[in-house]
Formats: sequence, C-alpha cells, structure tokens
Amino acid sequence: MSPESPRPGSNRWVAAAIAITVLIASLSIIVGFAWLPIAERDSPFRSVWDAICSSAGLVRTRPITEVVNPGYKTSTVVVSLQMLPTATAESIGRGGTLAARCTMCHGARGVSDANTPNLSGQYAPAIYKQLRDFKSGARTNAIMTPMIENLSDQDMRDLAAYYAYLPRLHPYHSSNEPAPQIVIHGAPMRNIPPCAACHGAIGYKVGTEWLEGESPVYLRVQLEAFASGERHNDISEQMRNVARGMTRAEIERAAAYYAGQP
Amino acid sequence: MLHHKRLVLAHFWLAFGAFGLALLLGAWQMWVRSPLHPWIDNPEHYYRSVTAHGTTMGYVFPTLVAMAFGYAVTELSLKRSLIGIRWAWAGWILVALGTVTAIVPVSLGLSSVLYTFYPPMIGNPFYYIGLVLVVVGSWIWVALMVVNVYAWKRANPEVPVPLPMYASVVGSLLWGWTAVGAALELVFQILPASLGLTHTIDAGLARVFFSWTLHAIVYFWLMPAYIAYYTIVPRAIGGRLFSDSMARLAFALFLVVAMPIGIHHLFGDPQVGAGFKFVHSVFTALVAIPTFLTVFTITASVEIAARLRGGKGALGWLKALPWQNPMMLAVAFSFVMLGFGGAGGLINMSYQLDQSIHNTQWVTGHFHLIFAGAIVVMYFAIAYDLWPHLTGRALADMGMIRAQLWTWFIGMIVLTFPWHWVGILGMPRRMAFYDYSNSALSPEALSVVASVIGGAILVVSGALFITVLVRGHLAPRLEPPEYRFSVAVHPPRTVPAALNGFGLWVGLMLTLTVINYGFPIFHLMFRSDTSVPIVHIDASR
Repeated sequence: MSPESPRPGSNRWVAAAIAITVLIASLSIIVGFAWLPIAERDSPFRSVWDAICSSAGLVRTRPITEVVNPGYKTSTVVVSLQMLPTATAESIGRGGTLAARCTMCHGARGVSDANTPNLSGQYAPAIYKQLRDFKSGARTNAIMTPMIENLSDQDMRDLAAYYAYLPRLHPYHSSNEPAPQIVIHGAPMRNIPPCAACHGAIGYKVGTEWLEGESPVYLRVQLEAFASGERHNDISEQMRNVARGMTRAEIERAAAYYAGQP
Repeated sequence: MLHHKRLVLAHFWLAFGAFGLALLLGAWQMWVRSPLHPWIDNPEHYYRSVTAHGTTMGYVFPTLVAMAFGYAVTELSLKRSLIGIRWAWAGWILVALGTVTAIVPVSLGLSSVLYTFYPPMIGNPFYYIGLVLVVVGSWIWVALMVVNVYAWKRANPEVPVPLPMYASVVGSLLWGWTAVGAALELVFQILPASLGLTHTIDAGLARVFFSWTLHAIVYFWLMPAYIAYYTIVPRAIGGRLFSDSMARLAFALFLVVAMPIGIHHLFGDPQVGAGFKFVHSVFTALVAIPTFLTVFTITASVEIAARLRGGKGALGWLKALPWQNPMMLAVAFSFVMLGFGGAGGLINMSYQLDQSIHNTQWVTGHFHLIFAGAIVVMYFAIAYDLWPHLTGRALADMGMIRAQLWTWFIGMIVLTFPWHWVGILGMPRRMAFYDYSNSALSPEALSVVASVIGGAILVVSGALFITVLVRGHLAPRLEPPEYRFSVAVHPPRTVPAALNGFGLWVGLMLTLTVINYGFPIFHLMFRSDTSVPIVHIDASR
C-alpha cells in the first residue's frame, strides 16, 4: 500500500449516498403506505389519509355497541403475582380464627376425608380467587355460597393467608407406575396442556391450585362440572376447554394420580 | 505480529469452550423431540436447554469470536500493539462474568424464556444482568476498535486504513448500534419487571426493540466470515483479492442496510403497521446488494487463484483450485450454505410468502444453515489460520482439519434441509414434543430423524475441531512467518474518503433507524393500553 492521501472531494460520495438512500426510502414509503393499501381490490379505505394511518399502525377505536352476554356470571378477579401482599402474622392469626367456621367440612387443619378440597398449604391466590368467585356468584355451591355471604374482602385475604401458612400435603406417587400421559404431557393434538404444567409436579402458574393429595372424588366432580359448563369461573374458559377435551378415563387417571397418598 | 496472543487466545478459548457445550445441548434437543425418544417427562428441561443453547450460541460465542478476531486484525493489519490492553482484558472479564451470571439461573430452571426473551415471560434477574454484562463487555471492544483505528489514522494521515481493519471497525460499529435495541428492552422493560419494580410489560414494544437487534445481529455474526472471505481466503489459496474498493463498499453498505430491517421478524405481530412491514421488507431486500458484491468479488478472487495455478476454460479452472487447502474447502462450503440459506431467506423476508412458514421449523432451519453453517465454518477457518501465529506451533493435522470441515458441512446439510422441509409441512417451532403418531404429523417423523443424524455428525465435527486446536498447543514450537492478509490485484494507492472513514455510513444507519423505527417505537410508548401482566418463569415454584 503506497503512502498517498485518500482522494479529496468526497462530497460526491456523500451526496450520492444520501440521494440514493432518500430515493429508496421515499419510494418504499409511498408504495407501502399509500399505493399498496389503495390498490388493493375492495380497499377498505375511504381516503389516502385513512390508508396511511392504517399502514402506520394507528388503531381506530370504535364505540362498543354490542357486548355478548354469556348468560351467567363470570369471574371478575384479576389474577396477578401482586394480588396478595406477603401475609402478616396478624392476617394469618385472623384467618385462623375465621377458619373455625370451615373446619366442619375442611378439617381442623385444612385436611379432611369429606371429599372437600384440602386447603392446608394451598396457594393463597387460589383460595382468595375461589372465595371471591363464590361471593360474586361466578361459582356457586349450596353450602359455600351462604357461608361466604358475610365475609369481607379482608376476611378472604386472611383466610387465604392462614391456609397458605399451614403445611402443604407432599406429593406421593408410586414409583412403579409412571405418571399418566395426561398429567405429564397433556394431549397436544387435542390442545390439552399437561395438568402438571400449572398444578404442580412441573410448574406453577399464579391462581392455580396445588392438586397433590387432593380428593379424587372432588377432582373428578370438578372436571366434569367444567366439561358440562356447570362450573364456569375459570378465566377465559381455560379449564372448561381442557376438561371438555378429556376422556372419562383421562379424568379418572388424573384424579387418581394427584390423590395418591401413603 | 501479534503482541497480545494471550488476549486473543483467551477470547477464542472461552468462545470455543462455550460453543462445545452448547453444541451438545443442541444435539440433545434434536434427539429428545424426535420420534427416537419418548416424550420428555419435563418439558421445562427442554426449554431450559434451548435457552442455554441460544444464549450461548447467539450472544456469547459469536461475540467472543468477533472480539478475538478484531483484536488480532488490529495488531496484524495496523502492525502495532493494541491500544487499551487493560480495557480489553476488562471486556473479556465482563463477558466471562456475564456468561456465568446468565447461565447459572438458566441451569437452575429460573429463566427458561429462550434467548429471544419473549416477554411477558419474565425470568430471574441475574439472567438478564448477565447478558447486559456480556453486551457491555463487547461495547468495550467496540470502543477499542474505534480508538485504535482513529489513533492509527492520526499517525498515518496519508495512508488508507487497511481493508481488514476497515471491515473490522464496520463490524464493531454495527454491533455497537444494533445491540442498543435489546439493551433498551432489557434495561427499561424486562429488568424492572424481573426485579419486581413493575408488574406489567408492553410485550409488543419489547418485540419491536428486540427486532432492532435481532436481524442486524446476524450481520454482526457474519462480519468475521466476510472479513475472512476478503482478507484471508485469497491469500490462503494463492490468489489476489479482485477489488479492494468493492470490498470496502460492501462493508459500508452492510452498515447501512443491515440495521433498519428487523421488523421483517414481526410480520405476524399486530402492533406494527403494514406500511412499516413493507418498508422493512424493501430494505431487507437491499441486503442482496452487498451480498452479491461479495459473492462476485470472492468468486473472481478465487478464479484468479485458479488461473494463477494454470486453470483454464470457462469453468475448468475450478479443477485447478487447491481443494486440499482447508481455507478453500471452508469458503466453498460456506458459499454453498450461504446460497441455500439466502434463497430460503427470500421466503422469510417476503411479507406474503412468510405467512406459509412463519413460526415453523423452517425458520430454525434457516438460521442454523446461515449462522451455524455458512458463518461458523468460516470461524473454524479463521481459527485454523490464526492458530499457528497464536501458539507459535504448527497445525499439522491437515487430514483431521479437512475431515472436520467436511463433517461440519455434511452434518449441517443433513440437519437443516429436512428441518426446512418439516417447516413447509407446518411443524411449529419451540415445542418440547410432537405426537408423531397422529396422521397429520407422521409425515414429519422421518425428516426429524434425519435432522437428529445431522446433529450427531455435527457433534463429531465439533469434537474434531476442539481436538485439532488442543493438539495445536501440543505441537513442537516453530517460528511462524509473518502474518499476511490478502493483497488486491490493484492495491489501493488512494481510497475515496467515504471508503476510508465511517461517518457517512454511520450517519445513514442512524437516520434510517429513526425513519424505520421511530414511529413504531414512539407510537407504542405513548399508547396506554398495550401492557399486559408479566408471567414469571420459575421451575422451582
């Protein structure tokens, strides 16, 4: 490489580079934002300005004229990680006192043989959401609905804190039998995710229940209620869509798997 | 000569060590989701592995190779010691520390969000902090490349910047700017959510930010390969570079058109207007210009080598090429894979054609063919070429080197061609298991098995690569001849200032970023109804 200076007069390069870039950018903007949307057969745009706004991604907010009513109450609870703050000792204590009313069905420490849900160690958001749904009527039950009627929001938070504070039932699964397909893999071709992805064994999602050690009768009845639509407090029909696709045998196997206890 | 061999070697070895481990994960993933393996019991393990594989192969490995090669090129082409050696080591330490910081939570199952982050999924903050450290470490390299080239220009105002250095600085500037998109996403959106400071995230905006990084990062990965095409291949096979100016123009154009095109990754995203998708599609198509300039120039350079070796005829010269030379093999394999990968890329960048393969295995097949194929095979070639100068010992296992390059080429074709095919059949990507017994999916089974075989061949090839390099350290000492880059047919005596500096091209890159990304970003930032609750990913809950 010989030591001569870089050629002066690079203005032509600058001018040419900028001109070409501007030309390409302008052409593609005109084609993409105006010509293509208008040229479309049955173009929905009344004016060029309309087309440009739409191509830029601006959304026209339309007044909501008609709301499809499902014909039943849906859950109004917004589930998030922050829906319940860390429980205080006072809250747990209050919950413990309030829980005295629950012991008849749910056991003295949240575990019973009455085929009701075991509440000991249950995730607090799950309990809180169900209580709120019972209260609003999104979920109905001849016994639970009247029991909930007089509970305040704080009462429900305290109850959730108390039961979450109790020890959780440990999973117990016979090592001889593999976990059922429906629990571990779901049924991908039927759009059924694995139970374990949300309810324990693989993963946890906020608002879902810990199912290990749950009564098999309760699990079966609830899955059937979801499938028939009798229970409908699941957000966006998540569980109804799953339960509708499950076979009776799969429901039995999933219930039996989670119910396993020594 | 190389003044700081240990610095370059430290980068290369960290890169290749990480590459070796991530390669095993990749092969494992191919196997467990194939019909040869029963459905994996814990899909989370699959996503954990995909996250580690992608993070290592996408961020750590190519960044370290680019850094190593950049430092080597600086010393070898400017013929002086690197300025800022302490900073360079600080950069290496940051990348190493960041890699460990990121991979530990991934290994623990706390951040199985895949390397593209996918908000509103949110993992452990250390994963993102680690990646920020990797990027900051690489930005030190960017700064050092710029400092070194400008210091040299000041000292040599009469001489054009050597082509290898010019191209390396272009690569570093491209990375410096393109990494900003993901950095904005991490620092302002994902990290606050991960640290519990915010509870919602605008996933659409995050995807737009990520697309800013996502496509140009591929060209950053590509840069060392292209630099090797132009500045090493012609010399290594006994030829001349066809045109020095053409090379500079190609690199300068990459700086301009590689950046403002990422929204072609968002063709399926509703938050970006169709007009911007079209404009990005047009600019993606423009990448063909520097690509074809390169294909033409390198083919012409190779032809020169063949004719110098007595090659005759319109195509008969191909026989005269030194096919025993690893660099010859590497560039040929790289071009074949770049050709097929580029052709497939035409489908991806077309707004209409993309619909047929969007989010299918076609896309994974495509970027493996381009990156793991065309680009990584040149990384191998670069390592083989530099190794004797780094270790002061010869690489004697020519047979093993050729076997390594052949197996990588064959393995990559066997891996990616069926992968493209199952994508056309509609097989979605990012799934831990597939029900191949279903009649809708069973036609995909055989092709997936073929890909597993391809993956296994690649593992063998990767092992050969590491073996060659390790044996290189154990060979007898020798004094290697002075390192040379390619010489052009007409070595440049004068170079237009525009092709000796970077200002014009960086200016165009920044302007096009504003034009192509400005409105989508600000539009989403100022809308109040685009955020969704975050979803924490944590296997231990």
